[in-house]
Amino acid sequence: MSKILEINNISKTFTNDDATNSKEVLTNVTFSVEENEMVVVFGPGQCGKTTLLNIIAGLEKPTTGDVKINCKEVTAPGPDRAVVFQNIMLFPWLTAYQNVEYSMKIRNFDKAERAKEAMKYLDLVGLNGFEQSYPVKLSGGMKQRVGIARAYCTKPDVMLMDEPFGALDAQTRYLMQDELLRISNTEKRTVVFITNNIEEALYVADRIIVMTDCPSTVMEEVIIDMPHPRERTDQKFLQLRKEISAMVNRRR
Amino acid sequence: MKKIKVNKNKYTVIMVVNIMVVIFIWYLLSDVFKVFRNGMLPGPVDIVKTFIYKLTNTAPGGNTLGGHIAASMIVVVTGYIIGVGVGLPVGILMAWYKPIDYLVRPVFDFLRCIPGLAWIPVITVWLGIDLKAKAMIIFISVFVGIVVNVYSGIKQTDEVKIWVAQIFGASRWEVLKRVALPSALPYIFTGLKVSLGMAWLGIIAAELLAAQSGLGYMIMVARNFGRADLVIVGMLTIGLIGAFLTWIIELIEKKFVKGRR
Repeated sequence: MSKILEINNISKTFTNDDATNSKEVLTNVTFSVEENEMVVVFGPGQCGKTTLLNIIAGLEKPTTGDVKINCKEVTAPGPDRAVVFQNIMLFPWLTAYQNVEYSMKIRNFDKAERAKEAMKYLDLVGLNGFEQSYPVKLSGGMKQRVGIARAYCTKPDVMLMDEPFGALDAQTRYLMQDELLRISNTEKRTVVFITNNIEEALYVADRIIVMTDCPSTVMEEVIIDMPHPRERTDQKFLQLRKEISAMVNRRR
Repeated sequence: MKKIKVNKNKYTVIMVVNIMVVIFIWYLLSDVFKVFRNGMLPGPVDIVKTFIYKLTNTAPGGNTLGGHIAASMIVVVTGYIIGVGVGLPVGILMAWYKPIDYLVRPVFDFLRCIPGLAWIPVITVWLGIDLKAKAMIIFISVFVGIVVNVYSGIKQTDEVKIWVAQIFGASRWEVLKRVALPSALPYIFTGLKVSLGMAWLGIIAAELLAAQSGLGYMIMVARNFGRADLVIVGMLTIGLIGAFLTWIIELIEKKFVKGRR
């Protein structure tokens, strides 16, 4: 296995416009991600996780430190790091199919190839029959499937998922976690997955990066070597859940 | 699906009933109770008669109703098309390129506070009262309405949607074309509708002050002759044409603005 993504000593401080107020949200964050690994960044509260993901995506600049993908420093957003956003952000004026096809259209793929790829990934996420539906007609879970298909379609080196199932109801959330595992089993991808839900983290992760609360930094890395599918009431699962929760609570 | 259809029919019924009630009250006030003396509020039947009469007769005002409509329409359409044609790119450039925004906006913010109608005297002095002059008045009103709406439409584009496109490798121009413009489209259509209203406002006002034909001119002449019936025919015609043009824009809107509830 080789390191595909390296996060070196990232710190981020937000300062308001007239520089009278500043808030440090990330401090000295360092970890790396191996190829085809599902890394979950888990942390309590509202501090820093999305910012960290945006920095990896190249959408925000770190105050100090750098991010390297395939040994190259990240300076701008690009198709090698596809993002599945928390509130999905499909384009409402495009159908499910057009949303998935979009990234290839921008990169001038020809029509036949776009159709082939888009259909393949819509099929992979289980959306056949809904290609021509506009996002308003889709449920939350279906929208997020489109979001995942859209991210897959760009053939990224790393998929960045920012609490992708946070807005879904509990049942749909479980279902989508299974779907995510099924999809990433069918086509292996390196995933950085952000969540504040310990159960979700334990269910999908190969490795969990446990973050502290504000300013966030890496507290602990926990390798989860339980086979899939995992049982949420399994003894080991519950034990890990207890340990990680205790870890987080102790530091708050 | 079926339920929606039933509702639509219900609304049509309500609309028709509503219009009939208004006409009936009008009839009661004018023909039955005669609230205004000496024919200053003609009833619906008289209006229809005048309307039909005016279709073929030129007096007073020197033109048939169709002639007046054509005279007003050509000015409105000319001013409107030029206003939209110039306003759209100006609004887009202002919203998308900061230097242009800083360059243009101070002047624009100042000019937009001057009502289109306030330009009428100075423009009649500069350009006379022909098509060119009146189209210019329309142009100013339409231009302002379009720029304001396009500008705010593009400005409200969700930042994360722009990010999505950037992640896919879209250039700034592609982000404008494929994200900002589509998401501004509902605002742009609002602008088109609002400025259409402004265009009619402008033409009637301009014709009331300075013209030799057109609906506004017809209304003014009719007023001078004490012809309340003809004034009302002019007003109703303006309303009908405005509603018709709005309807056309809404048809185009339905075709272009996709994925709405």
